[in-house]
Amino acid sequence: MIPELGHFALILALCMAVIQSFFPIAGAARGNVAWMSLARPAARAQLVFLLIAFGALAHAFLVNDFSVVYVARNSNSLLPMIYRISAVWGAHEGSLLLWVVILGLWTVAVTIFSEPLPEQFVARVLGVMGLISTGFLLFMLLTSNPFLRDAFPPADGADLNPLLQDPGLIIHPPMLYTGYVGFSVAFGFAIAALLGGRLDMAWARWSRPWTVMAWVFLTIGIALGSWWAYYELGWGGWWFWDPVENASFMPWLTGTALIHSLAATEKRGVFKNWTVLLAICAFSLSLLGTFMVRSGVLTSVHAFANDPARGIFILILLGIVIGGSLILYAWRAPGTLISSSYGLFSREMFLLVNSTLLTVAMGAVLLGTIYPLIIETLGGKVSVGAPYFNSVFIPLMAPLVIVLGIGAWSRWKADEWNRLWQHLRFAVFGSIIIGILLAAMLSGPGALRTALGVALACWIILSTTTLFYSRMHSGPDLIKTLKTQPRGFYGMCLAHIGFAVTIIGLVVTSNYSTDLHKRMKPGDKAELAGYTFELAEIRTIPGPNYQATEALFRISRSGKHVTELHTQKRTYSVRGMPMTEAGIGPGLTRDLYVSLGEPLGDGDWSVRLYYKPFVRWLWLGALLMASGGLLAVTDRRYRQVRLQATDPQEVIDGGAAIKS
Amino acid sequence: MNRYLVPLAVFVVLVVLFRIGLEHDPHLVPSPLVDKPAPVFTLPDLRNTSASINLSALRGQAFLLNVWASWCVECRNEQPVLMELAQKRKVPIYGLNYKDNRAEAIQWLDHYGDPYVKSAFDQSGRVGIDFGVYGVPETFVVDREGIIRYKHIGPVTPEVVNDILLPLLSKLEHPST
Repeated sequence: MIPELGHFALILALCMAVIQSFFPIAGAARGNVAWMSLARPAARAQLVFLLIAFGALAHAFLVNDFSVVYVARNSNSLLPMIYRISAVWGAHEGSLLLWVVILGLWTVAVTIFSEPLPEQFVARVLGVMGLISTGFLLFMLLTSNPFLRDAFPPADGADLNPLLQDPGLIIHPPMLYTGYVGFSVAFGFAIAALLGGRLDMAWARWSRPWTVMAWVFLTIGIALGSWWAYYELGWGGWWFWDPVENASFMPWLTGTALIHSLAATEKRGVFKNWTVLLAICAFSLSLLGTFMVRSGVLTSVHAFANDPARGIFILILLGIVIGGSLILYAWRAPGTLISSSYGLFSREMFLLVNSTLLTVAMGAVLLGTIYPLIIETLGGKVSVGAPYFNSVFIPLMAPLVIVLGIGAWSRWKADEWNRLWQHLRFAVFGSIIIGILLAAMLSGPGALRTALGVALACWIILSTTTLFYSRMHSGPDLIKTLKTQPRGFYGMCLAHIGFAVTIIGLVVTSNYSTDLHKRMKPGDKAELAGYTFELAEIRTIPGPNYQATEALFRISRSGKHVTELHTQKRTYSVRGMPMTEAGIGPGLTRDLYVSLGEPLGDGDWSVRLYYKPFVRWLWLGALLMASGGLLAVTDRRYRQVRLQATDPQEVIDGGAAIKS
Repeated sequence: MNRYLVPLAVFVVLVVLFRIGLEHDPHLVPSPLVDKPAPVFTLPDLRNTSASINLSALRGQAFLLNVWASWCVECRNEQPVLMELAQKRKVPIYGLNYKDNRAEAIQWLDHYGDPYVKSAFDQSGRVGIDFGVYGVPETFVVDREGIIRYKHIGPVTPEVVNDILLPLLSKLEHPST
């Protein structure tokens, strides 16, 4: 009964989505206020029905209703309670439902926080978001319904994929989807602006907090995914350039470019067309990611069940949403007025270089991801691996880092080389000296690369801290200056430092990680990177839905005890799938990582030991970037938007611009 | 207006690519490991618990490495082909028993035939990951230097043996011709 209610709620949600998309957009075009005013209630009602559907599916998991096909395939009566909840989005159908629910949440957030914006504009934004929701709900109901019943239900379920039975996977997909789907708001704003012919600075100011918020979620989501891969896949890797990872990384790169380009559009009214194109691209790439993961067009370690019928459906959906918006762009963008000019040596220019480099990097990742497809179409076969991405992507990041340091210091409109040099020479020499010292001190094949990478990171840190210092001393009273600086400034500094921290983690751990593959039995010792790993004992432990063999390692350094690590080899009873739970000793400057391999007979086991310096910095940096974004979103300026926008003059201006 | 059409043009090309891509089976993409050294492994022998199989010890002769599992349905169709190939004694076939249960795997070999000189027991699939396995069965041709020369995904058929594997193997054995 309850699954049928969920199914019914999903159909009602579709009806609401249709109302939410048709009437407001048509109303905005014909100036019909009553039709436009349907947008908000329809969006809210849609969310209510979506939540009912989601609750119904969660209920089916909680009570082990194996007559629902989706539940039977992805759960089991022995599955712990917490994973029954996360199993709701553990496979294709349920994760689509999560996708739509999150879209509903963002839409309702827009209905709440957009009160002061012109009615016509809000109607268009909500209408566009409703169209997207309509497409996805149709997709779900026609090809991927999670509520389908089986007339002959199995006695027990097939269990959730053991890879997904992990605390990291409970929050990773919701975070990632919140980021992905969040770009739909920036997309909605962009389309509404194009439809209304109102591509102005106010539009940029309204989109900015939404875009940054989506970017914050996406940053956390990607970092969580990388962290999960690191400890759960059991071989210490943290990024694989897998199509699914690329699918989340491309919107992130475009979103980063968009945030920076929006800053220039909001402050100076420049690059309007470029910014609006980036907004369309960021969301289009999110949709493209959804398509690539679910259609089976590319292979990947974490691909969902593939079905060509679904592939065609999403492709048509993509064609309508992305193709339609790009046609609108080609039609409307040429008429945009350029309202201000800027010098060759100005903050505008540096921001433009920044967003261009990020977009080129995104293009490189896109090309690498679909290259196998291109070659296949021409009749050949090829697969692209990490070497391509590393050799193309990393050289693009170096100029980006250099421009970042200069851009943050530069002034709008026009700046002088002399002034910048006065301020930046300390950071220039400081980072070069650090680089040379490191190159002299370090040894090994990666020494030069590490020195270069760390020097670039130091360049960011030094230029950001000197900027921060000089701002703090710009007024007579330090406390007062600290208070009057906008939060956006603090956010920028924090996010840039976070980027530097991630770079340090990336170069050090890629160049100085060492590992050892050994045959060991209890009592054996092994040496790695100055640490002694002793295999103390091996024992068997039963789990709720698996059997585990656990190895205990005692780790010491020059005779002193450092830590104890447990690593498990689990066999999940239902799927018979073996899984390795790595034992990780985390530290700020190094991780010690052990994973238990196969029994080799005679009480011997194959064992992998890893030493991973600075690997935590990767995720620490991402966390700092996300915190910087959060700080920027809470900037006073965006709260003032409401006051300014309710200024009658602006509303009149807005109305006039829409009519023209 | 022309330059504003560029994004649309790029997108149209992408859609055409994806449309064609949907028709193809992505599993046919070859391994990036072809012409690279085979990942070195030491795994327990499937039938002999106390012995282990070391890939580097197999150098000096070209061989086939067949990834199989008792839970793999396609492997049943492949087994007679491999048995026939083994009887020709042209090339040693080694097995990589992937993510399997030891007792069931041995029983399966006794029932469907054992063409392998030895089978390595990769219970966790860790070695399979090193080899980039994403579907069972898969067959690798490794030359005498330990370099992977070819990867076949899916069951080996008599056509594959006669048209691809045997010609390739005879070329590897007599590199001058």
